[in-house]
Amino acid sequence: MELTKEEESALKGEQGEIMQMAYRILIATGEATDAEKLIPIEWAHLSGVNYNTIGDAGEEFLSGISKNARVKVKTTLNPMGFDIDNVSNYGLDDNFISKQLSIRKSYETMGVTPSFSCIPYEIFDMPKEGTQVSFAESNAAIHANSFDNLKTNKESAFSALASAITGKSPYSSLRKEDSPNLTIRMKIDNPNELTYGMLGFFAGKVGNNSVNISGVEEMDRRSCKALCGGMGTSGTCAKFLFGDGDPGCEKVDFDKKEMSDIHDELNTAEKGDLITLGSPQLGLEEISDLTSKLKGRSFKKRCMIFCPRTVKEQARKIGYTNELERAGCEILADCCTCLTPLISKENVDSVTTNSIKGAYYLKNSNGVDVNLKSLSQIIEDETR
Amino acid sequence: MKILVQGKIQGIILKSQHSINFLGTVDKKTGIISDKNHDLFDKSIKDSILVFPNGIGSSVGAYTIYSIKSNNAAPLAMICQKADLTVATGCALANIPLVVIDGEEFSSLQTGQKISLDTESSNPITFL
Repeated sequence: MELTKEEESALKGEQGEIMQMAYRILIATGEATDAEKLIPIEWAHLSGVNYNTIGDAGEEFLSGISKNARVKVKTTLNPMGFDIDNVSNYGLDDNFISKQLSIRKSYETMGVTPSFSCIPYEIFDMPKEGTQVSFAESNAAIHANSFDNLKTNKESAFSALASAITGKSPYSSLRKEDSPNLTIRMKIDNPNELTYGMLGFFAGKVGNNSVNISGVEEMDRRSCKALCGGMGTSGTCAKFLFGDGDPGCEKVDFDKKEMSDIHDELNTAEKGDLITLGSPQLGLEEISDLTSKLKGRSFKKRCMIFCPRTVKEQARKIGYTNELERAGCEILADCCTCLTPLISKENVDSVTTNSIKGAYYLKNSNGVDVNLKSLSQIIEDETR
Repeated sequence: MKILVQGKIQGIILKSQHSINFLGTVDKKTGIISDKNHDLFDKSIKDSILVFPNGIGSSVGAYTIYSIKSNNAAPLAMICQKADLTVATGCALANIPLVVIDGEEFSSLQTGQKISLDTESSNPITFL
């Protein structure tokens, strides 16, 4: 890689140990992905926040570097393990809570905005078209590339952290001009958000860096998020373009057979003991829509709703929270279905959700069975 | 050859034909591989020049590499056949020299050989 004099000096340690480590990470990542240089980025979104995923090693590492590390660009944060407002309802042990709060403190000390959200694209103002960012959350990276006209690779927790500290990222893959060599032909009629989640999951499996998707009508926000969440879960692909793509592209159909294979892979139960909504977290628009769908109805079992704290606060002010709680919902900020420590196989056999991303992690990480249903089906079957 | 993390070191090769999942199969305190199906089962990677095809598994494995180093149980250097981001970032965090070599060179390295690795040199790997 070509480095500037300043980058060389940082790599030698002349700007301190933290800078040296951050540049080592960027250069190792850049060499591994054939980048020729580093370029400036304007916003980093970090993963590696939930104590459930990073454990003691992560907690100790962050606590150590937070003494000296400070972020150089706008930096936001993925969800953590719980909502401090209601954590006492979920029987989480004290060690988990104190380690999670230590992680929170380390990031805040470094100057990171404690957003605890996997939908930065919905709760922050978007930079101008073509801006280079560094997003480690997979659904957010895909959304940024595909819907928000931003440029990012699917970053790791470490490359995004190094980008936050240096304000730079390796210039490779999706940061350059990119034309996919594969087109997925969407063949399913009347798709809902669950269909789009499965389409995304399929795309992540067959695609490499980016894919074209043809035959897709205009999608609502819920479906866009489901598509991004599904794709980020199953592979390395981090961008889709709508349309047929280059005529020379390889074509793959997403039809009933492909869809039912994915459904069979992720749907392992006929019904759930509880319902979760949100992975990716719900935004205000979805909370508002859910509130009106639940008018005069209430859930027959527990329903956990995950959203960012800013959305929870707005929902409270507008009055959605009262309505949702009346309908039997538990509203949780700062955390998400994905990799939640709040659902365990000791207490729960199976979960009903409309999230493909949630389903994958509930099954593989929490070890519980999953019953997949679209939101409208959930409301029809699970409320009265 | 690709140089992912720079450094200069001498040591004895410990080679594996298997990929390594650092999260969960390497003991953080001793560097001992705990996976019964691994060809390095029960061996410690501590102070070796660890030669293996590539890392696999969660990117959180990078923290494990950092922990192993903090506990003085890390390899002196790593040599892989394929670059993967977990090992790359882990070695970068822990400041463990890391290079990626082609298949032919990979085949020429064997457990027990003493080598010198110097990423600044025009011929980074030399047999001693």
